[in-house]
Amino acid sequence: MSGLIGKKIGMTSIFSAAGKNVPCTIIEAGPCVVTQVKTIESDGYNAVQLAFDEKKEKHTSAAMQGHFKKASTAPKRKVAEFRFFETERNLGETITVDLFNEGEYVDVIGNSKGKGFQGVVKRHNFSGVGMGTHGQHNRMRAPGSLGASSYPSRVFKGMRMAGQTGGGRVKVQNLIVLKVLPEQNLIVVQGAIPGPKGSYVMIEK
Amino acid sequence: MDFLSTIAHQLTEKRELPAFKAGDTVTVHYKIREGEKERIQQYQGVVIQRRGAGVTSTFTVRKISNGLGVERIFPDNSPFIEKIDVNKRGVVRRARIFYIRELKGKKARIKEKVY
Repeated sequence: MSGLIGKKIGMTSIFSAAGKNVPCTIIEAGPCVVTQVKTIESDGYNAVQLAFDEKKEKHTSAAMQGHFKKASTAPKRKVAEFRFFETERNLGETITVDLFNEGEYVDVIGNSKGKGFQGVVKRHNFSGVGMGTHGQHNRMRAPGSLGASSYPSRVFKGMRMAGQTGGGRVKVQNLIVLKVLPEQNLIVVQGAIPGPKGSYVMIEK
Repeated sequence: MDFLSTIAHQLTEKRELPAFKAGDTVTVHYKIREGEKERIQQYQGVVIQRRGAGVTSTFTVRKISNGLGVERIFPDNSPFIEKIDVNKRGVVRRARIFYIRELKGKKARIKEKVY
């Protein structure tokens, strides 16, 4: 699975060839530098480590400076690993957005926006309990019953309840690549991707 | 202009529309595709709002069709819009004239702007 690290620019909509108004996300993808090639002999598995987005040397730890020096590249902000790269890549090689073609499907991985501690209505799309009238006044967004009575006498594991919502790793699969703009290192995918604008995402194909 | 809208403008072909705003009566010449054939349909009504900014902006046109109010939303940059004729300039005091939905008959008229 080949891939690139990118940065979410934001959403807009474009008109397809058929004239349809299609919602899409613009991602700044690459250029990424190969900073490490992992092999079965040395690491126990195959992977390619990529780095994206320049940063200043003074903001880089000595250990990471040495790591980037090995690949003879400037320090980067984001480092991520991609397993099962389709073609063999060498240390220090640059991978650009040319990796993707228009019309193919990609998966996008990112950290979703954190929503804090949320109730079941927002978190699991429960519909809430009943209605607001007929004597009921304070249970509109309550979870309702958690299970049966004396049997099983317990709440089953995995019962959906309130809790921390969002802010986790999310992968969105099978997004169509609508456009690739190689001069600006941009790709346009159909639909939404996780995370706020400016967040790092991994694009896999 | 921020980076996102710069790119958005680059991706979408900007269309030149005549200047119109809420309260104006317009005729939208809209391309309809039926199978392979393409024909142009005219939709005439009052603009009740212009919404959004940049390439994704839209406008809403309301008309009374067979006694029923019909509202249709057109994207400004839609490739299906052949052209727009501005038939009348209306005098209204706000940018979104949703109050017109509640009005019927003679009350639903909009005064024409006289230059």
